[in-house]
Amino acid sequence: MLLSLAIWIPIAAGLVVLAMGGDRRAPLQRWIALAGALLGFLVTIPLYTGFDTQDAGFQFTQQILWIERFSIYYHLGVDGISVLFVLLNSFITLLVVGASWSQVESRVGQYNASFLILSGLLNGVFSALDAVLFYVFFEATLIPMFIIIGIWGGPNRVYAAVKFFLYTLAGSLLMLVALLYLYNASGGSFAILDWHKLPLTLAAQTLLFFGFLFAFAVKVPMWPVHTWLPDAHTEAPTGGSVVLAAILLKLGAYGFVRFTLPILPDASKDLAWLMIALSLIAVAYIGVVALVQTDMKKLIAYSSISHMGFVTLGFFVFNSYGVEGGLVQMISHGFVSAALFLCVGVLYDRMHTRMIADYGGVVNTMPKFAALMMLFAMANAGLPATSGFVGEFMVIMGAMQASFWLALVAATTLIWGAAYTLWMYKRVIFGAVANDRVAALQDLNARELAVLGLLAAAVLFMGVYPLPFTEVMHASVNELLRHVAASKL
Amino acid sequence: MNWTWVANHLPALPEALLLVGTCVLMIADARSADRRLGYWIAQATLLACFVATLWVLDVSDGRKYYIFSNLFVADTLAHLLKATCYLAVSTALVYSRQYLLDRGLLRGEFMSLLLFSLLGMMILISANSFLTVYLGLELMSLCLYALVALNRDSPQATEAAMKYFVLGALSSGLLLYGMSMIYGATGTLTIPEIAEHIQPLTGNASDKTFLVFGLVFMMAGVAFKIGVVPFHMWIPDVYHGAPTPVTLVIGSGPKIAAFAMAVRLLVNGLPALAADWQQMLALLAILSIALGNITAIAQSNLKRMLAYSAIANMGFMLLGLLSGMVDGNWLNREEAYAASLFYIIVYAIMTVGAFGILLLLSRAGFECEQLDDMRGLNRRSPWYALMMMILMLSLAGLPPTVGFYAKLVVLSAAVNAGWIWLAVAAVILSVVGAYYYLRVVKLMYFDDPADAAPVTGGIGARVLMSANGLAVLVFGLFPGGLMALCAVAIATL
Repeated sequence: MLLSLAIWIPIAAGLVVLAMGGDRRAPLQRWIALAGALLGFLVTIPLYTGFDTQDAGFQFTQQILWIERFSIYYHLGVDGISVLFVLLNSFITLLVVGASWSQVESRVGQYNASFLILSGLLNGVFSALDAVLFYVFFEATLIPMFIIIGIWGGPNRVYAAVKFFLYTLAGSLLMLVALLYLYNASGGSFAILDWHKLPLTLAAQTLLFFGFLFAFAVKVPMWPVHTWLPDAHTEAPTGGSVVLAAILLKLGAYGFVRFTLPILPDASKDLAWLMIALSLIAVAYIGVVALVQTDMKKLIAYSSISHMGFVTLGFFVFNSYGVEGGLVQMISHGFVSAALFLCVGVLYDRMHTRMIADYGGVVNTMPKFAALMMLFAMANAGLPATSGFVGEFMVIMGAMQASFWLALVAATTLIWGAAYTLWMYKRVIFGAVANDRVAALQDLNARELAVLGLLAAAVLFMGVYPLPFTEVMHASVNELLRHVAASKL
Repeated sequence: MNWTWVANHLPALPEALLLVGTCVLMIADARSADRRLGYWIAQATLLACFVATLWVLDVSDGRKYYIFSNLFVADTLAHLLKATCYLAVSTALVYSRQYLLDRGLLRGEFMSLLLFSLLGMMILISANSFLTVYLGLELMSLCLYALVALNRDSPQATEAAMKYFVLGALSSGLLLYGMSMIYGATGTLTIPEIAEHIQPLTGNASDKTFLVFGLVFMMAGVAFKIGVVPFHMWIPDVYHGAPTPVTLVIGSGPKIAAFAMAVRLLVNGLPALAADWQQMLALLAILSIALGNITAIAQSNLKRMLAYSAIANMGFMLLGLLSGMVDGNWLNREEAYAASLFYIIVYAIMTVGAFGILLLLSRAGFECEQLDDMRGLNRRSPWYALMMMILMLSLAGLPPTVGFYAKLVVLSAAVNAGWIWLAVAAVILSVVGAYYYLRVVKLMYFDDPADAAPVTGGIGARVLMSANGLAVLVFGLFPGGLMALCAVAIATL
């Protein structure tokens, strides 16, 4: 029941806001949206407090027959892998609604409604245990995001929105064929858990692997299908970038752990070299690409691709350090990338430019902001005692178990990450005051401080004391690894 | 009067009611000065037919009735398709009322031609003999030719009607030619008897060649009426040239009837040649999906775009129809045909809605038919923009709309039958298709309006439009009922 509430409360709140009509009622719409987001977040807290960390199976399950003819169920449940994402998503939604309070002036209702509906759909993706239900939520998330980028985005928004939409759609439709094949092969079941046990030949597994790979690789995004992300990020409004980086990218990685690894263990092991190679290219090559960016949002977008490369690397070394590290990295990246995009948003609201060259010496006029952004920049670079360190360290440990050379290439991210993040930070924040507009900047107001402060607390807490996060996923990850180790042939 | 005869022929009650209603309409229209009278008589007739069909459906309880010396069949499939046709025509009337009034076209001719055309569809749906198939087809088509040319001062409409008529006549000729060959081989015109007589003939190679030769011609006729590549040439011109209300009708009812024709002729009549016609359909399907989706991108006229979208969608519908028999066994039969049936009904709901929006946005002296006319609709009317977005996303096959399930079931049928390459090609092409549907959404939501005129239209049209859009969403959340209905209809085929 809790999961249903986590899905439908934000959607219902979104519909209420939408039904209120135009901008005449904008203040009330903002409050209702905030209330909906807060309520949506509150109902997810019992998911964590009531979670049995010893149980590797699915908890808080709910199963109702939905479409009898195809035995499709409205089947929800979370395990240690997915529960944290439901919380993360609801938390980020709350921040996004707060952060856009005075930034978005036109069509406020539609804006907030899009985010609330998106939030509910994303919770649905993370808790769906029926493949069709998963697919419905997975695809439906495209629509609000398309609208968000297209209406409130930057000058090139239409191109970015359409590119985002078509890229993801192309990937996920191939997955649909894979799902239908599995439905057929399993004798008429869309239950993901049934498919975990389904024996499949290596040839079938390999084909299905590529079907899923297209869908998830586009979402992650992995090199070379990542090109939509920099466009989408730069053109999206701040809130859109935040949700895109913090949650939407996680769908792809989540898909790998929920579908690819357990359903196709043999193909996964067979093709692990491919996945590892693509991940390392993302880590190393995209890291270098990030270095030369002149647009802050683009830089963070490339940094996201590089960090997500770490996640997929962790998954495909098949040990508990790697998989848990990948999951921790996903959560941490959710906080850090959200925070960095919000920081850019804070600057953009004041200066209306994202170009690094237009800034310089911001610390002189915005000291509080500079301090907070320093923390997030460090976390992005993977400094110990921030959340960024934990995941990267665990993945490198996992890679080391697999091969020294893997770990070596992966570890270069610590250098590249530090280089591009801190260099950007230096150029924007330090130095002499670049121009009159920087000199006139106002420091953070209370609302911005609250939003960034919450994220800062999360980043620090997770960096110093990651146990509350890892202990939740431990049992489920071990179960997953046991499952992957057993051949299906 | 022989009451037993009447009782036996009650399954044809809806047809009888429609005929009577249409005659009343013509007489009333000739005698009354009030143009609106015809409209209400037409709606009342449709309602009566709907009730009669439901009653027949209820009474017959899944049984099949062969009447008029086996010329006419009344089964659950026929009742379901007929009911959908009434709904489509009735909705079309509501949507187009204001449009026709503004242009002085709301006349008796329009109503009576429309209803006679519907009668043709019903006969086609219930056809159990090659003769009835042809009779229904021609009644439907001749009325539609006249309807396309209804606005006789418009050169565009006249040209469209001419094209439609010439190509339609040609395709009827092909169909008849194919039928005559099958008749020559089997010696009967009744569809179930053909199925029986043809079975032993397929063993003999020379007989088989002759049958397949006939099949090819029949297939050409069927493909023309469904509107799939390479028999699609008339569709864009007719959709574009015809007055929008007529386009709406052509896009919904006749497609349903053509689907019924395909089921009656191929599935009921020629199951012995399934291996051959499934191959042909596969080719038609993939060509239609490819050509429809790719060409639609280049259109700047919304009606033409929807025409190419219709071609692509009919290709998708065929995916189900070609998956019934796998390696000589019919295990996939019910799933596959039920999928196609579901697809065609869903498509009718979506296409009626999409053209309904065009009618709603048109007003006296202004035709809404260019893509640019959708610009900034979200500013002018957020509600109808939302409805149009739902319809477009549904046509593109995105959840949570019903269009997604339509694609899901046909793809599932195709994958089940082992047509994996076809399914993969179809989904890749549907990504291409998503682009032009998205462009409509983009124009409505991301661009500024070109004109600021508020959306008018009668109250009935507005309420029904909302219901239509929401139906696409509600069936998208709960598609189970409609799917089960389709399965029942196919099970008793």
